[in-house]
Amino acid sequence: MEWVDFFLQQLITGLSNGMIIALIAIGYTMVYGIIELINFAHGDLFMLGAFLALTVVGLLGLGDWSGASAWAAVVIMLIASAGFCGVLNWGVDRLAYKPLRNASKLSLLVSAIGASFILVNLGLFWGGLPMDVFAGGVAAAAPKDFPALVPNTNLLGEESLVQFTPKDVLVWAVTVPLMVGLTWIVTRTRLGKAMRATAQNPVAARLMGIDTDRVIGATFLIGGALGGFASVIYSLYNNTISFQMGYRAGMDAFTAAVLGGIGSMPGAVTGALVIGLVRSMSDAYLETRWTNTIVFGILVLILIFRPSGLLGSRAKEKV
Amino acid sequence: MPLKTSMLAAVLALASSATALAQSGTLKIVSSLPRTGSANAQTGTIVNGIKMAIAEVGGKIDGYEIVYEDWDDASPQRGNWDPTVEAQNANKAVTDPTIVGYIGTFNSGAAKIAMPELNKAGLVMISPANTYSGLTKPGMGEANEPTIYRPSGSINYFRVVPTDDLQGAVAAEHVAGSGAKKVFILHDRELYGKGIADVFQKRAKELGVEIAGFEGIDTKASNYKSLSQKVKFSKADAVFFGGTTQSNGGQVAKDLRSVGFTGMLVVPDGCCEEAFIQAAGASNLEGNTFVTFGGLPPAELTGRGAEFREGYRKMFGTDPEAYAVYGYEAARVLLDAIKRAPTKDRAAILKAVSATKDFDGALGTWSFDANGDTTNRVMSINSVKDGKFVFVRRAGDAPAGGSKTE
Repeated sequence: MEWVDFFLQQLITGLSNGMIIALIAIGYTMVYGIIELINFAHGDLFMLGAFLALTVVGLLGLGDWSGASAWAAVVIMLIASAGFCGVLNWGVDRLAYKPLRNASKLSLLVSAIGASFILVNLGLFWGGLPMDVFAGGVAAAAPKDFPALVPNTNLLGEESLVQFTPKDVLVWAVTVPLMVGLTWIVTRTRLGKAMRATAQNPVAARLMGIDTDRVIGATFLIGGALGGFASVIYSLYNNTISFQMGYRAGMDAFTAAVLGGIGSMPGAVTGALVIGLVRSMSDAYLETRWTNTIVFGILVLILIFRPSGLLGSRAKEKV
Repeated sequence: MPLKTSMLAAVLALASSATALAQSGTLKIVSSLPRTGSANAQTGTIVNGIKMAIAEVGGKIDGYEIVYEDWDDASPQRGNWDPTVEAQNANKAVTDPTIVGYIGTFNSGAAKIAMPELNKAGLVMISPANTYSGLTKPGMGEANEPTIYRPSGSINYFRVVPTDDLQGAVAAEHVAGSGAKKVFILHDRELYGKGIADVFQKRAKELGVEIAGFEGIDTKASNYKSLSQKVKFSKADAVFFGGTTQSNGGQVAKDLRSVGFTGMLVVPDGCCEEAFIQAAGASNLEGNTFVTFGGLPPAELTGRGAEFREGYRKMFGTDPEAYAVYGYEAARVLLDAIKRAPTKDRAAILKAVSATKDFDGALGTWSFDANGDTTNRVMSINSVKDGKFVFVRRAGDAPAGGSKTE
């Protein structure tokens, strides 16, 4: 039955796309949960993670690798990009947000937009470096091909119309454990408890002896690292990176976070999967040009009937 | 009184130098092209072509110094041409009386903005790259085109590239000629991409090819896997993408191949650049992907074109990319007109440009027709091999089936 195959295919594609969005969305929602800042620089941080991954591939000369060594390369990239994005996100917080901790939320937001511009331009510069890594540095701003380290073979057999590839496996194998681990950190560890306390009431948390600055720093570190993981799987899944990719990825992730209820981690994941699936179904059954309209239409509807998002807690204004 | 005399002398000296300026002064040529963003690879070679043409006349015509300025019509925010910047450029050009020629734009959408402004000022504009038919040809675009671009009633806009109605048709003929029965058409919803896709669709229908779908894509999407699967399940045996590298042509090609679409993929000249191969990944383009181009690739140029190729290599140390020769040709035809113009003012130069006939150019011998279009309609079909464009065949000068492609 061809239409069943087609539908299954859209499910697979939609969920894989949604998973990548989810990892980025968690970074938004964590930061929002703790300091009520929509971190506009997050998408661009993710973009820089992808450039680091490409640089790693280039430096190690991994373009033609296959089999076990390619998987080893994937692990190296994941660690490198996650570490890089985590530290960078922590640095952005120290430089651009921490001095404004007690300023109005609007100043913080403007600072985030500024940080976003700086990161985008770093990406533009990075992409243009005259290294062999970037095909001789032709056209700084052009999208770059990311080597297909993960094969695109069909695990369901070459004659099957439905495609399920190691790329999809990679996406799931990276995101699911990360989400489980993160949930464990937030609900079961001392740090997690401190994070929840800071989110609930920073002043009270401080009075209870919690070093809130450290907790906020840790939140940025973890959120950034997730963005780094996402950037590697995004690059391996889509095989193209560009200095502008952070905008769309960030937009989707931000929408997912709001859809699910900003501040809620399960909400961000749910929102992301919904967006991934809706995008894919709309592309497949309607026309591509309606996709954005539908995604944002759903967002508007949900916010009208459930202003706190799908899984958001009924927001009580903080006193 | 010594003081008065010296002042008088100074005034006299000033006056005489002013007259000297009027006789020999400077004539400024500007180009307005997207220099920030991914189009820079193409526009960089256009600018080189312009510089080369000016260097060939020694930077001087009839005692006038030719000054060239390379303007950017892109903004970092868009990474692409920006309507605001293009409008600023056009205004700046209009208000500077020493400017006698405006080479641009690269994108047809940008031309729409600059054209009426420059037209009112009677400043000649020559595009090395706009291919959207509606800019010059009545009945090819919207109902009010092209008169809306000509508020003064006369023509000041010229182009040295053949238009989309020719290129889209050539692409359709290539698809039909390959034996394809069903084609899926994608476009980027921009003036250029949608325009060429429309022409492709019309011609493909005429040739009896079934249209499996006609869709505008979201050019900022991270991938097109779902769309590509739709194409695959539609059983189309060819895909035409009307768009450019900047509107994500590379990702479209990549995803079509990644979902296992093995049919023919044809893309227009907006993808005819190294950046497209770089974005799509060379292995994804190998074999069944074809790029139409509104002219011949530099390696196929003969006569004066071959001289251009050699000169370019000598001057810049690299081979020219596809668009370089159009920058060169646009500048040369403008310089030629400046030379022929009896007085070196905008009106005379405009008149001289429109009188261009049997111009001995790097692209062959051609003229500007009544619409301001080149009469040259040689095109080529290229494929990709080992990460480089390779010439497949000439097309367009003798349309298949003897049909009219006007």
